[in-house]
Amino acid sequence: MIHFVLLISRQGKVRLTKWYSTYTQKERTKVIRELSGVILTRGPKLCNFVEWRGFKVVYKRYASLYFCMCIDQDDNELEILEIIHHYVEILDRYFGSVCELDLIFNFHKAYYILDEILIAGELQESSKKTVARLIAAQDSLVETAKEQASSISNIIAQATK
Amino acid sequence: MSGPSLMDSLFQRTLEDLIKGLRQQLIGEQAFISKALEEIRKEIKSTDLSTKSTALLKLSYLSSLHFHDMSFATFHALEVLSSPRFSHKRIAYHAISISFHDSTPVLLLITNHLRKDLSSTNEFEVSLSLQCLSRIANVDLARDLTPEIFTLLSSNKLYVRKKAVAVVLRVFEKYPESVRVCFKRLVENLENSDPQVLSAVVGVFCELASKDPISYLPLAPEFYKILVDSKNNWVLIKVLKIFAKLAPLEPRLAKRVVEPICDHMRRTGAKSLVFECVRTVVTSLIENDSAVRLAVGKVREFLVDEDPNLKYLGLQALSIVAPKHLWAVSENKEFVIKSLSDADPNIKIESLRLVMALVSEHNVAEISRVLVNYALKSDPDFCNEILGSILSTCSRNVYEIIVDFDWYVSLLGEMSRIPHCQKGEEIENQLIDIGMRVKDVRPELVCVSRDLLIDPALLGNSFLHRLLSAAAWVSGEYVEYSRNPLELMEALLQPRTSLLPPSITAIYIQSAFKVLVFCLLTYLMQRGSTASSMFPDNLPSAVSASVSYESFDDLSVENVVDATDTHGPTCTSASITNESIVNLLNLVELALGPLLGSHDVEIQERARNVLGFVDLTKLDLLNSSVQEENDSERKGAEASKTIELMHGAFSKELGPVSSSAQGKICLPDGLMLKENLGDLEMICGDIDQPSSNSFSFGSPYEEKGGVSFSNLQIKENSRQSNESTSLLAEHRKRHGLYYLPSGKSEMISNDYPPANDPMLLGNINDNADDLVKLTEESLTPKRKPNHAKPRPVVVKLDEVDEKPESKEDSLSGAVHDVLFGSEDIVPTSSQSNLSDMPSSKRKGKEKQHTDSHVESKENLVDHGNPSSRRRKHHSHGKERRHRSPRKKNAEERKDNGQKLKEKSSHRHGMHKSGQRAEEPFNFSVQTPVIPDFLL
Repeated sequence: MIHFVLLISRQGKVRLTKWYSTYTQKERTKVIRELSGVILTRGPKLCNFVEWRGFKVVYKRYASLYFCMCIDQDDNELEILEIIHHYVEILDRYFGSVCELDLIFNFHKAYYILDEILIAGELQESSKKTVARLIAAQDSLVETAKEQASSISNIIAQATK
Repeated sequence: MSGPSLMDSLFQRTLEDLIKGLRQQLIGEQAFISKALEEIRKEIKSTDLSTKSTALLKLSYLSSLHFHDMSFATFHALEVLSSPRFSHKRIAYHAISISFHDSTPVLLLITNHLRKDLSSTNEFEVSLSLQCLSRIANVDLARDLTPEIFTLLSSNKLYVRKKAVAVVLRVFEKYPESVRVCFKRLVENLENSDPQVLSAVVGVFCELASKDPISYLPLAPEFYKILVDSKNNWVLIKVLKIFAKLAPLEPRLAKRVVEPICDHMRRTGAKSLVFECVRTVVTSLIENDSAVRLAVGKVREFLVDEDPNLKYLGLQALSIVAPKHLWAVSENKEFVIKSLSDADPNIKIESLRLVMALVSEHNVAEISRVLVNYALKSDPDFCNEILGSILSTCSRNVYEIIVDFDWYVSLLGEMSRIPHCQKGEEIENQLIDIGMRVKDVRPELVCVSRDLLIDPALLGNSFLHRLLSAAAWVSGEYVEYSRNPLELMEALLQPRTSLLPPSITAIYIQSAFKVLVFCLLTYLMQRGSTASSMFPDNLPSAVSASVSYESFDDLSVENVVDATDTHGPTCTSASITNESIVNLLNLVELALGPLLGSHDVEIQERARNVLGFVDLTKLDLLNSSVQEENDSERKGAEASKTIELMHGAFSKELGPVSSSAQGKICLPDGLMLKENLGDLEMICGDIDQPSSNSFSFGSPYEEKGGVSFSNLQIKENSRQSNESTSLLAEHRKRHGLYYLPSGKSEMISNDYPPANDPMLLGNINDNADDLVKLTEESLTPKRKPNHAKPRPVVVKLDEVDEKPESKEDSLSGAVHDVLFGSEDIVPTSSQSNLSDMPSSKRKGKEKQHTDSHVESKENLVDHGNPSSRRRKHHSHGKERRHRSPRKKNAEERKDNGQKLKEKSSHRHGMHKSGQRAEEPFNFSVQTPVIPDFLL
């Protein structure tokens, strides 16, 4: 299973963290510090796998972002690479040629999309189209709610309550 | 404090504002964040849910990317969760899943929210709560929400169902009892036609089977069907993983799955699937030669591929296959060696492992030579990686593959001179270990140690200090093989030794002591011999003559004779003159004098010992050198007596100790070893702990010094360790050498060839070829008894260690319970008897293996008929499975399908009413599942 997903920029800034196994906040920072030290220093054209504390970390670089997933020793590395690519393609489709800034300002959306792809550290949806449809449906749910909420009258009603 | 005003709500910073603001802060980011946190703390108390949720969103941003604590907001997250709006819920669930953990206090309050959302009509709300549950479920949540999960497992919304399936894994893990409720529905989902649901179920079983494969053996037919039918690579990879776990347990299953796996390997274009097939074959189907050949063929394709990923994985697959099929590695030898110089450190390490797998008795010298040369050229990390693997390979099974120890010892010396070497500790252990175990190599060992000690440059490298301590110990302990003890003395007392840590300085002093005693003794004997017999050429006989003349006790006489005999006439004695002895004593006083004021007790005490000894002997020796020879005989008698005595104390040989030696010592009466010392810890508190630790364990160096100092101390050590066996067990493992030889290990050391071995004659003859031959001859029989004896005992120890590990956890117990029936389990008190599960389970397993053949036939007759109850999937599956004899398959499917139903109804009955009456029936129905399928 996937223990966690990290998105780290080339400068070592963290863009997304998702933990499927239990880590305390302290361990989380430690893990990220350790891994970004290992991964960011690896040159291009090397293999995409790093052995780390008895686990394997599969990473792939897209533009300035490193997508990393930590898996068990006997998990399939190539499969994880495909999952990473799958995620990137969906992000790309959702944001329209995604860039790092999109993920910075829409960090929650990146999470929601990831939640549709992975659950409990396993892949749950391998169809890009389905994911796109599900996310769109949820977004429209939010939009309608927002319209109601942001009308001035609503705010006044709230305030004078 | 009141909540924020309307204005606050209107002008609240949104997440985007926060992020923008953060990005503009080039410096003072922390200040900005703490200001933002201040705002959030205020906003989150707002009564307006929109304001609250925005604050929560911002907080989860800061928490997940900047790792700020958000535990203060757990209750507010719950408040937002109760909002009817989806957008709020989404934010709340996200915040909860990143911030809640098992000990979050408000976790109790979330159960009802989750229950409400799990039964919501909005599938997205259900999905959110499932996502969240998969992350935060603890025992209580898992228990309380099991009914909801059970319902969702057969939801007609596939979107929800697949998530529920995935969540089941976490629920099972936390609350094994839920297996009794949910397992059947989970298994039913294996027949689902939707690829996503199927993928989720297989994923769950893959995780479950990796922990305890044997419980899922009965499901092999379902998995087999998926393996043959599925076209989905994601699913196939997971199924292959399951079979990789199941196949080793059941040889007939292995035979069945080989064919389809090889088919996939040949047909598919997806590298991930090919690799999974290869890995399954090399890990679990290693007996099947044709499959292994096919897999190795695929591996070769990987190896020559441009993609470094495939290269790496190919090498990894080779290293899995290596222990059983070494030919696979030798076939790809060129490639493996070439990869040693790959740009990628991971590939290098992988190929290094493979090269080490190739090492055997015949080529170890050659390969080590190549690797050491290579290590000289490579970067520090990889250099140490190489050295480490050479060391561990060569020392495997008590130096099994080493024939020529002289070569190996000089290799150790060479390795320690490599500039990047950081393996001092490992080399240290091996130097001492070899010194004790292999008598014939000692002259070479002393020679190597001398070279190490004499080099002042090595003292500057702190990684080598421990290695130097070993060298010092060796040269002190086996000083009789030294060519020039005086030189050794200078090396041990050279000024740069001040760079050493105190514990190692202590060893240096102790070794210097031994060398000093030896020098003085040789000097005395030399003088005695010139006095008594006037033939200086004929030293050995003169020595023995002089010794017998002085009439010391037999033991020390023999030792002296041994010592001088072994290195023969070429040695030292001739070179020690009055003058050099005077110089030597002066040197000792000069070097050790300042250490008397050392703050380290160990150093101080040892230095004082040596200087005391010098004081005792110096006067006599110096006086005698000036006076008449005959006179000195008398005057020096006292000094020489002291020297002889000290030499006698040092010359007793230390032998290796088996790691199980401790077990041989019987416990004194009234000693409580298993008493719980928990209270003690509380009483002692934090401050006492470190000191008490250092007392009971002792630093390794001190221990070592103690051993060389006198046997008495060792005895004390072992008596102490007797009192705290468990504490010392680990220490003993690491420093086993330094413990007192028990009865058994004495037997071992008796296995050494006697002192007057042909080997020694060969040494004197100096015939190199004979020597090599003799070494081989004397080594092989000697090595065998040396470790053949301890090994069986070690194995026994391992068994004892493993037993508690192999104990199944309660989850697998529950699963087993559901799958195999509960032949000897009392269902009413299931929670409490979970701990008994393993034993009952094992019993069940055995029963199954012995009885199933007999019973299965009857069962087919008895229960095979009601095919009308079969579901469509079954007949469908039957049609597709052309490989096996149809009739049998049909029967077995029937049997299986019906069984599941019966089992489930039965299970429900059991769960509710706790009847035991039907158990035998249940058992006999379920056991034949696998054998039928496989035969």
